[in-house]
Amino acid sequence: MVQAAVKPASSVDQSGDRPWVGRSIERVEDAALLSGRGRFIDDLGVQPGTLHATILRSPHAHADVLSIDTEAARRLPGVAAVLTGRDVKAVTTSLVVGVKAPVECWPIAMDRVRYVGEPVAVIVATDRARAEDAAELINVEYRPRGAVVDPLGALASGAPVLHDGFPGNLASDRAFRYGDPEKAFAEAPHRFSIDIKYPRNSCTPIETYGVIASHDAGEDAFEVLANFQGPFSIHTVIARALKVPGNRLRLRTPPDSGGSFGVKQGVFPYIVLIAAAARVAGKPVKWIEDRLEHLTASVSATNRATTLSAAVAADGKILAFDWDQVEDCGAHLRAPEPATLYRMHGNLTGAYDIRHVKIRNRVVVTNKTPTGLNRGFGGPQVYFALERLVQRIAIGLGLDPLVVIKRNLIDAGAFPYRTATGALLDSGNYQEAIVRAVEQGRLAELKSRRDAARAEGRLYGIGFTAVVEPSVSNMGYITTVLTAAERRKAGPKNGAQATATVGLDPVGSVTVHVASVPQGQGHRTVLSQVVADVFGLQPGDIRVNTEIDTAKDAWSIASGNYASRFAAAVAGTAKLAAERVAGRLARIAAGQLNVEAGDIVFAKGFVASKHNPENRIAFSRVAALSHWSPGSLPDDAGQTIRETVFWTPPELTPPDEDDRINSSLCHGFIFDFCGVEIDRVTLETRIDRYVTMHDCGTILHPGMVNGQIRGGFAQALGAALYEEYAYADDGSFLTGTLADYLLPTTTEVPEPEIFHMETPSPFTPLGAKGVGEGNCMSTPVCLANAVADALGVADITLPLVPARLAEFVRGAEPPPPAGGVTAAPMREGDRRLRGEGQAAVKGVPEQVWAMLLDPATLQSVIPGCQRVDKVTDTHFRADVTLGIGPVTGRYRADVELFDLDPPHAVTLRGGATGALGFGSAEGRITLAPDGQGGTTLTYSYDAAIGGKVASIGGRLLDGATRVIIGQFFTALARKAGGGGTTGSGFSLFAVLAKLSSLFGGRR
Amino acid sequence: MTRLNSNARHAVRFTLNGKPVEAEAEPRMLLSDFLRHQLGATGTHVGCEHGVCGACTVIVDGMLTRSCLTLAAQVDGCEIRTVEGLAPSADRLGVLQQAFRRNHALQCGFCTAGILMSLDHYLGENPAPTEAGIRDLLSGHLCRCTGYTPIIQAALEAAAQLASPTKETSDA
Amino acid sequence: MKPAAFDYLRAATTSEALEALAQQGGDARVLAGGQSLMAMLNMRLAKPKLLVDIMRIKELRRIERQKDAVVIGASVRQAELLAWPALAEALPLVALALPWVGHMQTRSRGTVCGSLAHADPSAEMPLTLVALGGEVLLRSAKRRRRVAAKDFFAGMMLTARADDELIEGISLPIARDGRFAFREVARRHGDFAIVACAAMKTSSGVRLAVGGVADVPTARDWPRLDGTALDDALNAFAYELGARDDVHATARYRRDLVRMIGRDLIGEVLQ
Repeated sequence: MVQAAVKPASSVDQSGDRPWVGRSIERVEDAALLSGRGRFIDDLGVQPGTLHATILRSPHAHADVLSIDTEAARRLPGVAAVLTGRDVKAVTTSLVVGVKAPVECWPIAMDRVRYVGEPVAVIVATDRARAEDAAELINVEYRPRGAVVDPLGALASGAPVLHDGFPGNLASDRAFRYGDPEKAFAEAPHRFSIDIKYPRNSCTPIETYGVIASHDAGEDAFEVLANFQGPFSIHTVIARALKVPGNRLRLRTPPDSGGSFGVKQGVFPYIVLIAAAARVAGKPVKWIEDRLEHLTASVSATNRATTLSAAVAADGKILAFDWDQVEDCGAHLRAPEPATLYRMHGNLTGAYDIRHVKIRNRVVVTNKTPTGLNRGFGGPQVYFALERLVQRIAIGLGLDPLVVIKRNLIDAGAFPYRTATGALLDSGNYQEAIVRAVEQGRLAELKSRRDAARAEGRLYGIGFTAVVEPSVSNMGYITTVLTAAERRKAGPKNGAQATATVGLDPVGSVTVHVASVPQGQGHRTVLSQVVADVFGLQPGDIRVNTEIDTAKDAWSIASGNYASRFAAAVAGTAKLAAERVAGRLARIAAGQLNVEAGDIVFAKGFVASKHNPENRIAFSRVAALSHWSPGSLPDDAGQTIRETVFWTPPELTPPDEDDRINSSLCHGFIFDFCGVEIDRVTLETRIDRYVTMHDCGTILHPGMVNGQIRGGFAQALGAALYEEYAYADDGSFLTGTLADYLLPTTTEVPEPEIFHMETPSPFTPLGAKGVGEGNCMSTPVCLANAVADALGVADITLPLVPARLAEFVRGAEPPPPAGGVTAAPMREGDRRLRGEGQAAVKGVPEQVWAMLLDPATLQSVIPGCQRVDKVTDTHFRADVTLGIGPVTGRYRADVELFDLDPPHAVTLRGGATGALGFGSAEGRITLAPDGQGGTTLTYSYDAAIGGKVASIGGRLLDGATRVIIGQFFTALARKAGGGGTTGSGFSLFAVLAKLSSLFGGRR
Repeated sequence: MTRLNSNARHAVRFTLNGKPVEAEAEPRMLLSDFLRHQLGATGTHVGCEHGVCGACTVIVDGMLTRSCLTLAAQVDGCEIRTVEGLAPSADRLGVLQQAFRRNHALQCGFCTAGILMSLDHYLGENPAPTEAGIRDLLSGHLCRCTGYTPIIQAALEAAAQLASPTKETSDA
Repeated sequence: MKPAAFDYLRAATTSEALEALAQQGGDARVLAGGQSLMAMLNMRLAKPKLLVDIMRIKELRRIERQKDAVVIGASVRQAELLAWPALAEALPLVALALPWVGHMQTRSRGTVCGSLAHADPSAEMPLTLVALGGEVLLRSAKRRRRVAAKDFFAGMMLTARADDELIEGISLPIARDGRFAFREVARRHGDFAIVACAAMKTSSGVRLAVGGVADVPTARDWPRLDGTALDDALNAFAYELGARDDVHATARYRRDLVRMIGRDLIGEVLQ
């Protein structure tokens, strides 16, 4: 299956007259990367004396920070500085927030934490291990608050409020109306509606964030090296936060970056934080994020609750849409959010010709990691609702889903087509793309496979998706979140300046620089192809530099690697720059060759006369003249040493008075279909065939285009089947390791069948459109549609965790045998541990009662208890060292007794904290004489555990807890002189202290 | 018996890609950090530090090894191979590396070193691998860029080339 | 994400290792292949004062075929056992289960006994030990003892090993014309099991061992059963294991797998 689709770069293809653009030449980047000579941020040397930072993070989803004791940490040898929120506030200002509201957004908690993983302190030391040693010595006192993780829950009355400046957790609420949707809905014969909860996930690059920062106190200027990916509009946010003008923040990127997929935009709060630390420490500071930090706290795509309704004619023609989107941006609205919600604003009708659209967009904050750029950026969320609804419409009307798709497509003759919400779709032929995909992807045969499988009783389904893939973002689309009046006040924002510089050196060799900040996409190779074609050279003759240095290079706020802008905008701009230089060279050469400039061609390393190719001069000779003999150049030629071109497409206008916005410049088309089978035993979704047809305009490098498609497909497959940033109801983060946040591997990812057609974009210099994000938009919903088809169900929630399908496939579970064990009811997201049981203890209730209230007894029966302090008769504090397997650590517990009914019953309430987590619990114990001189102790408990252990040890959490509880009761019974326990036990301190520790910890 | 005190740095010596090396490390220093920051062999990358992503995979005494799950002190006296030792010379690529380049089996290249080490080891022991065998091997690595298929293809191609009697010479 | 500081001891002989364990007890941890322990050290979940590296102790690196059992030493790596030529014939269940342990890159370093010492209830080797009714060979500076598999696992990551004891090795009974079957369901290839099942034909009937569901791998013996009686027995067993929900699976799904895979495997070995 592998052989079919891979088109290897051909080594015989390295010469000839064909243009270089369009060929899969070998990448110039690869030799170094394959030999261990990559230059990623952590591979580069640092200035001697550079310090290393680590970050202490909140274990709580929502809590007030009462105090932070950093004394012991500061005293540890090797520690240079410890910064808390107060110290950061002294040298920075809040990050700007993308909506008009009285809220602040800091890169570190000030007096309150709002998500698990939020920075609380930065520790700077001679090396990372020592910094982590010091972090363990910091004692933070928290007062937990109620947390909210569900976007609709956040809007409910009485929900905990994260920011006073966002009343009811609502950061933005805008309504839009295009055409006459009310009339369309009133008159339509059918109305279909779907409710979607799109989950949280992230494209998680294998290289984590890295920042190296220094501060020159004399000039009050910062130098920062970070694997930031843009957009460089964020440079202004960082400079402002650091309280310097932009020319005193020199931001550079390393030559290589280990993947980003949008995610490395989210390094910017850490740039502020580490730069502040460097300023305070007075030395350069380096921070490399570790994987646990990355999963817990880097950035995430938004999760979104959507209700989408359609007014539909009897033949399946969609007449109007009504969108109600509730976007969850996590705990802070970080720049450029709420951009995820507005990136697709012009494209809310997808590939379809729908003139009437109503939209309500709400943005809420919840106790989860703040969101940011992620491959697909708003597309997966929108298309999941839209394309699930198209399938529902087809089923509701008894039509083939493909028929409904085709009935609604934008007509091939209608391009450029202005959507109801304002996008100008540049080009395409969606009908033709579908015809080719159906044929080349053998849909008819796939349908027979489905029929055959079903005849055998197997669960097989087919899904379809049609998607318009926007690329090259309009920097002004985010202002659609403002009203027209607010926008008038703020001034227009629009466009997307791309930059490219072409330089010729004194021996005539060519250098290209762009501010595209690649993270593995091979920009250097493609640019060498583009420029080689202009100059008639070989790609190997062109040296391309894609590092960016804001102090020296040409850049704009649009610079960077996002919104699939490279092929469409950056590569085209490089072509324009090269052509401008070539035009001047032609004038110079024309004089030397005695021909008209219009007769000049660049080919095979020469500048020659078109009519008389023998009349020629070496390219390098002409190219070098500006250096060696500027006086001999024709007056109108100008210099040819260096040319920088800025290009912004005129189509990217600001939102108009009616909120219509052309949110992106180019619009590719994707049509996917797939066949899947659900295993009846494991309920796993197996992809039988996945067909993906792309029209991304002119293809510059087929190998790289297919690489982008495959990579996006694999990430989308992860989003559909495996990946979710899962939170418990209390805000605990549950997927903090790569053993819990599951990325697909070689054994999970099949090869998609990729097909292309090329409809060039009339709006870009090379005719190219973006291609990198499309499958992140199309594939999750295509797989979901196929699973819905296989199971015949309406509601599909991602990721398609096999266990969640059990009820659909099998109905009710067989009951437990009579008199046997019953299953404890649980619900998803509920991490609370509840239990009840009994213990038989020797001694009458009065004796047991006295034991329970006696610190000395407690100390001896609580496993690992060093001391118990009696604060009052009903209030105890205890230090315990707890261990499960190799994991041991110290915890402090605080317990109070309520509702005392001696010697019959008591309620206990309390909590315990340690560096690895915290716990809180409430339990009720009743004592009754057993009639034989002993006591029957009955208990029930309800406990919750959070913090690091919940994030990274979730799988082991329950079992370890039960072990600890058991240990306590065994000890208690033994202390009382025998007896035993039944069921899993409950303990006073054990639940309150040991529960929380489970893996141990310390403080 | 060798006992190393936690607070001190101790000499660690081993053979790296055929050459003897030596540097100092505290007992807690991971092999991955030792290679990268003490020896400057930065081709081995660190992606998760809990043994899942595979980026840090090296070969210790002929065994595939997660260098993030190994202490520098543990490999004292061992023979270690890393990505820096794969190419026949600094300006030429080996057969497997060439196959990767030809098939676009890498994009950002961050995970690539570990994958190359796994494949180099595996192809040495399995000269006629199957696609299923390679997929099983590489399920111990995470790559976020490529979707894996070009990697599998490169591995199969390299295996075929290595097995053929006329070995193609490497180029830059 | 760097470990806290610890002393490191590279033991050359078993007695050196035992001496260190006797002196430091609970503050020391044995470092074998390190595939579980090192991750815990990096995350600072574990912070021992001393690591005792046993991988250069020659006498622990042995796979010894005895009359009725195979003894596998503490420093035998999983890949080494997998490559042992007699494995499929002498320990067919191990041959079925071992390829499911982690990935090739972790089996090459991880040890058989280390997996048992870690006592993850989802892991394949603890399940295999319980299914086969093997023994764990424990040794301290003062004494040696053998602990039966069912008594060795005390709970999630807890075993009968005392702080001063080293797992010297394990003893697994050699298969005598037995029939074995093994199957595992995980989210992805190589992940810890959601449910792993091992079945074997016994003299009196059949044994099914299940990992990934209860806090310890659990085996159950039945006489020959089929039809409804088998369904009922499996259903009761599935509920008794006390399955729970987590982010990867629900309790019900785990019970389903015990019922369905259990039935398949029993069918296979009784065929």
